[in-house]
This record gives sequence, structure tokens and C-alpha cells, in this order.
Amino acid sequence: MASASLRRIATTAPSHDPAWLGRIAWLSLGLVLLWPLGVATEFRPWILVEPDSLRVTGRFLSSFLPPAMAPEFLALVAREAWRTVAIATAGMVLALAIALPLTLLSVRALSISALSGRMARGPFWLRQAVRWLLIVLRSVPELVWALVFVRVVGLGPTAGVLAIALTYGGMLGKVYAEILESGELHATETLLRNGSSRLQALGFGLLPQNAAELTSYTVYRWECAIRSSVVLGFVGAGGLGQQMDSAMKMFNGGEVATMLLVFVALVALADRISAGLRRVLG
Amino acid sequence: MTGTPQALQPAPQPAPQPAPHQLPPPLFTARCRVCWYLAALLALVIASFWSLNLQWGQFFSLDAARSMGRFLGEFFPPDTSPDFLRRVGVGLVETLAMSALGTALAAVAGLALSLPASRLHAGDRAWARAPTRALLNVLRAVPELVWAGLLLIAAGLGPFAGTLALAVHTTGVLGRLFAETLENAAPGPGDALRTQGVGKGRVFLYASLPQVLPQLLSYTLYRWENNIRAAAVLGVVGAGGLGQLLAFHMGLFHMAKTATVLGAMLLLVALVDALSYASRRWLVK
Repeated sequence: MASASLRRIATTAPSHDPAWLGRIAWLSLGLVLLWPLGVATEFRPWILVEPDSLRVTGRFLSSFLPPAMAPEFLALVAREAWRTVAIATAGMVLALAIALPLTLLSVRALSISALSGRMARGPFWLRQAVRWLLIVLRSVPELVWALVFVRVVGLGPTAGVLAIALTYGGMLGKVYAEILESGELHATETLLRNGSSRLQALGFGLLPQNAAELTSYTVYRWECAIRSSVVLGFVGAGGLGQQMDSAMKMFNGGEVATMLLVFVALVALADRISAGLRRVLG
Repeated sequence: MTGTPQALQPAPQPAPQPAPHQLPPPLFTARCRVCWYLAALLALVIASFWSLNLQWGQFFSLDAARSMGRFLGEFFPPDTSPDFLRRVGVGLVETLAMSALGTALAAVAGLALSLPASRLHAGDRAWARAPTRALLNVLRAVPELVWAGLLLIAAGLGPFAGTLALAVHTTGVLGRLFAETLENAAPGPGDALRTQGVGKGRVFLYASLPQVLPQLLSYTLYRWENNIRAAAVLGVVGAGGLGQLLAFHMGLFHMAKTATVLGAMLLLVALVDALSYASRRWLVK
């Protein structure tokens, strides 16, 4: 009796997908929509397996092994890896130098005129202008800044540092202002209402409750800056990326392999350090 | 200690209050961990600036200011001849297409890789979990631009290499996110089917997928937004889209044309930002 009912349940469990009609319809609609995209991007996967391209790819990939391990090359890679970290760090310091004053100028919570009704017109437009400046700084990709600065100051780390400083300055400024305004504003308001200066209200009202979040966001951005300083090397802004670019252009697979390994290790290390720091500080 | 009755425990001692005349704790002690972190940070910053020997003198000199001014002056007026605008338009469409197709491919590949990368139920041995996650981490750790540089060799110059590069990097990101989502889905529906002897594939189709689909879609849309921004600059290594136009004209010092391309790029980024901001507000409301 029991086994009969079990069998009945087993056989009545649907053997096909009950939602198949809708799923197939959405899938085919998606494919139809993707078709023109494929045309626009010259999406021809078969050229990957053409004998010509296979031979080149195969030769390049087989030259990855063994990775280049000559002592002087390893010394070069170590030096460039340090430069990558240094570009990211120096860029972050300058970004902070840009972001901190702009944040203070743009935080609405520190407005005294806004305590009683609407913010006065002058401070309002000043804050709005600073916000627009931050948006412009942030929305130009760092790679474009780097391309521009390489033209002005020449190849080398200066262009990378400036590019990171400008883009990350914009990002940090915007996010700092958002963090400062998202918390509980009661203490700050009380301080301002009772006649404390704006810097006092910042130091005793806003910072104590937001310090951990601000620090952990900064550490996270430092980690991102390391990743992007490698990318900036590809347009000639120094560091590991520049060496990787030239090794790729020379089809030197062994050197590319070593540098990729070093890069992945570097990113993993920065990730670990940043996670540890955020746990301690946060 | 947790089991002992309350009455047997000694009364909690009040915390010792610092005497009012006591000095505040010293700023630096050898046991203060944050102090050591700050010292290390300071050392890192000083070492960075010292070892890079940045050419500030050159950058802030009158000469540099003049060349910067000349450089910026050449941007104006931007080239707005209809012929060139059409080419920029094609670049714009190419950028959007690269990002959309790259993200779509990555969503499919990410879903395929997220299944072995997740422990789908408590009894799952999930022997492929660690190696698949390692693979996803490697895909994710290498930036799109580096993938594009590598893939140029196999796929040739043009948007195809860029699409593949976006797809490969985003597969790493989405695969990881999808795997987390699958592992966090409520196990009830899947367990109910599994106890009835339904196979793995159908458990996924009937129980897991309907639960996680909205989350997967929102992750995919979020990555698409990121990828539009990435696709705009990917071309500077020759992987198609607006970036390729930018690198080409900047390399030849066609400054008016460069200005037009830069404008198109900024417009695209601003548009994506505004749309994402508006849609987020609309969804939250």
C-alpha cells in the first residue's frame, strides 16, 4: 500500500520543466536581441579555431611554460611590482588631499544656514558646484586621465600618480560626503545649534560615528588603486603594467606568465591586508 | 559556567573608574596596535614618494603649464563634421554592444561555473568547489584590459577581443556572486524534491533557479553597468569601441577629433550613471 502510493508520487512528479514555455520564449527573445550585437562586435568565434590563429595562440601559450625565472628578470619584476604599489599609494595620498577639502565644502550637514529652514543661496550653490566638480573628476576614467598626462609629463609614474589622484579624489570626495550624511545627524545638529564651530561639529559630531566606515572605504579604495595602477601601465604610466605590455608585444610568453603570477599574488596580498585592516579598524 | 544558577555567581564588580586627576592614556605605547599600523602606513607613504622620484618640478614649471595649456587649447573646437560624428556614433554603438554581449556571455558562463562552485545541499560532497572557485578567482583577479591584451593575440584587433575580455573577467565576478547566491538560497524546496528522488538537473530547474533568478538578474544588470564604463576605455589596447578611436586619434595628435571622442565617452558614462541612479531611486521608492 505504502509502496504503491510512493510510486504514484514518483510518477506524478513532473518529468518536464513546468515553466519551459516561458523560459524558451524568453531565451529565444534574448537570442534575437543579441544577434545585432553580435554583428556590431564582429563576433566570430570560429576565427579562434582557424589553423592560422590556433598556431599563433598555441605558440604563445606554450611559451608561457616555463615562466621566466632569470635572477635579473625577477629583480626587475620585484622593482616594478613595488613601483605599482608606490604609484597606488602616492596616488591615494594625493587623492585624499583633493577629497578632504572638497568633502568639507560639500557636506550639507555642516551648513549653519540650513539649521533654520532652507540653506542660504550662496552656500547652496557652492556645495552644488563642488558636487559637480567631484562628479566630473570621478566620471573621467583614470585611463583617460593617464593618456592625457602621458602626453603632458611624458612616460613614467608621474602620469599614473596624477591619474589615480584625480579619479580617486572624485570618488572619495563623493562617497565621504554620502557616508557623513547617512549617519545620525542629531549630535552634529545639536552642536551647531549651541554655537560650536563647523570644524568642532565635524570632529565631535560627525567623525566619531563615521570614522570606521570612512577608514574601511579608504583602505578598500587603496586596494582598487593597486589594481588600476597595473592597468595604467598599459598606456605607459610605469609599473608592472608597462613591462607586461611590452612583453606581450614581444610575444614573450615566459615573462608574461611570471608577471601575471606576480600580479595575481600582489592583488591577493593587497586583498588580504585590506580585509585584515578593515577588520581591525572597523 | 553558563549552566550555574544565577545566585551562585559573585556579584559583578563595578568597573574601576579612572581617578579624575589621571592623565589620558599616552598616544603611543608598544602594545597599541593601531599606532603600529599608522607607523607602517606612514613608512609606506614616505617610501612610495621617495622611490618614485616624481617630476613635480617639471610638472609645475612654467614650461609644463604652457604645454598643458597648448594641449588643452588644441582640443577646441571639437571636430563636429557629420562624417566624423557618424564614426563616433558607430564607436558608441560598438561600445554598448561589446558590453551587452560580453555581459550576456559572462552570465551564461558564470551560471555554468557557479553550479560546480557551490555546495548545493548539506550532503553535497562538492569536490569541484575549491578548484572551480580558484579558477573564478584567477579570472576575476586579472583586469579586463590585461585580458584584452592577451586575447588580441588569439582574436585579432577589434571589438571581438574586447567582448571576449569583458566576458572572461565578468565570468569570474558573476560566477563567484552566483555561487554565493545559490548557496544562500533556502534549502526547503530543493530538499523536498530530492527526498522524492528527483535528479540534480530537475532540482536545479524547479527549485533553485526560480528562487535565485531575480538576484542573478540584478547582479547581471549591475555588472553590465560596470562593463559599459570598462568597454569605453578597453579600446586603448586595440580592442574596439570608443577607446580604440581615442587611442588612434590621440596617437596621431588629431586633437579636435580626440576632443569629440572624449566628449562622447563622458556623455556615455554620465548617461549610464544617471540612468542607474534614477532606476535605483525608482526601485527603492
